[in-house]
Amino acid sequence: MSVSKPRYFARRDFQRLIDVLLDCGYQCLGPQEKDGAIQYLPLDQVASLPQGYRDVQSPARYQLQTTDSPRYFSWANGPQALKPLVFAPRESLWHSKRDADGRLQFVETIPEPTPLAVIGVRSCDLAGLTIQDRVFLHGDKHDPYYAARRENLLLVAVNCSHPAETCFCTATGNGPVAEAGTGFDLLLTELNDGYLLQAGSTRGEQVAAQLPLTDANDQMHYEAGQQRLAAEQTMSRQLPALNIKKSLLQHQEHPQWEAIAERCLSCGNCTMVCPTCFCHAEQEQPQLDGEASVHERVWDSCFTVGHSYIHGMVFRQETKHRYRQWLTHKFSTWHGQFDSSGCVGCGRCISWCPAGIDVTEELAVICKEQPDA
Amino acid sequence: MATTFKAVNGKPTVAIHKFSSCDGCQLAFLNLGEPLLQLAELVELVHFPEAGPVAEEAQVDIAFVEGSISTQAEYARIRRVRENSRYLITIGACATSGGLQALRNHRDSADWLAGVYARPEYLDSLATATPIAEHVRVDLELWGCPINGQQVIAAVRSLLFGVTPVVNHDALCLDCKRNGNVCVMVTKGEPCMGPVTGTGCGALCPQMGRACYACYGPAENPNTASFSQRLQGLGLMPQQISDRFMFINNNAPGFTQAAKDVVGGGDD
Repeated sequence: MSVSKPRYFARRDFQRLIDVLLDCGYQCLGPQEKDGAIQYLPLDQVASLPQGYRDVQSPARYQLQTTDSPRYFSWANGPQALKPLVFAPRESLWHSKRDADGRLQFVETIPEPTPLAVIGVRSCDLAGLTIQDRVFLHGDKHDPYYAARRENLLLVAVNCSHPAETCFCTATGNGPVAEAGTGFDLLLTELNDGYLLQAGSTRGEQVAAQLPLTDANDQMHYEAGQQRLAAEQTMSRQLPALNIKKSLLQHQEHPQWEAIAERCLSCGNCTMVCPTCFCHAEQEQPQLDGEASVHERVWDSCFTVGHSYIHGMVFRQETKHRYRQWLTHKFSTWHGQFDSSGCVGCGRCISWCPAGIDVTEELAVICKEQPDA
Repeated sequence: MATTFKAVNGKPTVAIHKFSSCDGCQLAFLNLGEPLLQLAELVELVHFPEAGPVAEEAQVDIAFVEGSISTQAEYARIRRVRENSRYLITIGACATSGGLQALRNHRDSADWLAGVYARPEYLDSLATATPIAEHVRVDLELWGCPINGQQVIAAVRSLLFGVTPVVNHDALCLDCKRNGNVCVMVTKGEPCMGPVTGTGCGALCPQMGRACYACYGPAENPNTASFSQRLQGLGLMPQQISDRFMFINNNAPGFTQAAKDVVGGGDD
């Protein structure tokens, strides 16, 4: 459906949005400050929202500050948002046990989640979710575990007004504001006194209908436009203008891979915080008595030795090969697999890399146009 | 385990041997709770001094070994344990890398003994504390200070199935992120050893908001040089960084070298 016309929703009424969602049978998750970061946690009181919080992010650094601002969403993303809610970090895929005749019986453990409403989702997370949907739901691999959680998700997006220094969603083309058709049910644009609210789905409209909304005036639209412009101008990180997809494949032996490997800790943090990384390992967790077992799926990373272990051989022993795999897949071979880049410009891999490696800088070096080439 | 080496009461036999150690890894068995009772039904615990049964010279299917080789007597005993055991599994930092007591390997330990004890000649201490694998063939090494009981259960279960146990040495960060912990290094500038430390503990310290101190030893493929630079960037002095490596697993080759490199010791 098309996106509804923006209407004004006063900040003092925000609790009403939470209450309506709870009344509709959703568990609510919202951004909250915990352990020094903005995290999505169960929410029933508006007072739990991170009012006035701002984040300062740079390579290998993330810090929160408080201000007098009445805003709830004047920060850029923390370490995680939607990925763990749909693609669980650890989950059981099936149980197996012996029956009375000693034969193995397998039981699928498809989750039965309660409907979940997430407040505060950013455009980069919507883009990340769209990519994960392609990975887990489309084509010939339909993942029922992901699907069960995905179907239960209602998304209240918020346009990003304060991108971090590490953000580059303007370069990936999916932010800082959420466009129509990007998957939100409701979309908020936070202004000084309240919000412009739009519905992007029938479910969203049903929620909006229960909120005290008034007509938005020109000043509000102007403020929203200026805010968008300012957010766009904040983002200075760029991606190489040329065809990254082709260029990376042409530069698989570039000396920069070695230079990155000198800094890279091969710790996998970039892949864990990436909203699109989907690699996983499967492992067996047998009961001690040997009569039953749980078959688990856990987040894995192309930086582990197990990731490239195939029948007695590890194909990517060295860090430079692991990093090359990650960057090449994310920005190049991803296109062939899923018809898009795997990067949504959220900048998490920059902030949460303990070594402070910046993908945009590395791409600039590796994909640099050679004068003689 | 298709055939047992020395079954007792029709069950495979297990011994838990103690060498130079604090007994903490044996306590990890005792702390298992109910699974320990299940374990006792599946195997015959013939030697487990911390829990009661003592049969040090018994032949067994699986010998768990706690502690490092620090005395002449231990030097001789570990060889007998090896002869008497079908599988030998080291448990914990002491048995696997030498442990905290291996700090003496890097100094003149005779001086220390003379400084502490009035009559050091009564002591049967070797100049070094060394991991079990320096003395006998080891089939599996479980790291940690102490180990956690789940590692033990997984290893025993695999052997009972007749499968080679798998021990994961991925960087701790992976488990930390799976747990949903917020990185203490990135947010608080804590000198967390997670990026160069092997997993296995469930990211216990970062879960409590504290920096990992590497009690599970080096991760697979650790980049200690880059990591040391990062710690310098957080404001740590070279000696402080060296001390982070020269701790519980100081004798793990990757850590010993990293500690030397950061204070400019080079390859000696």
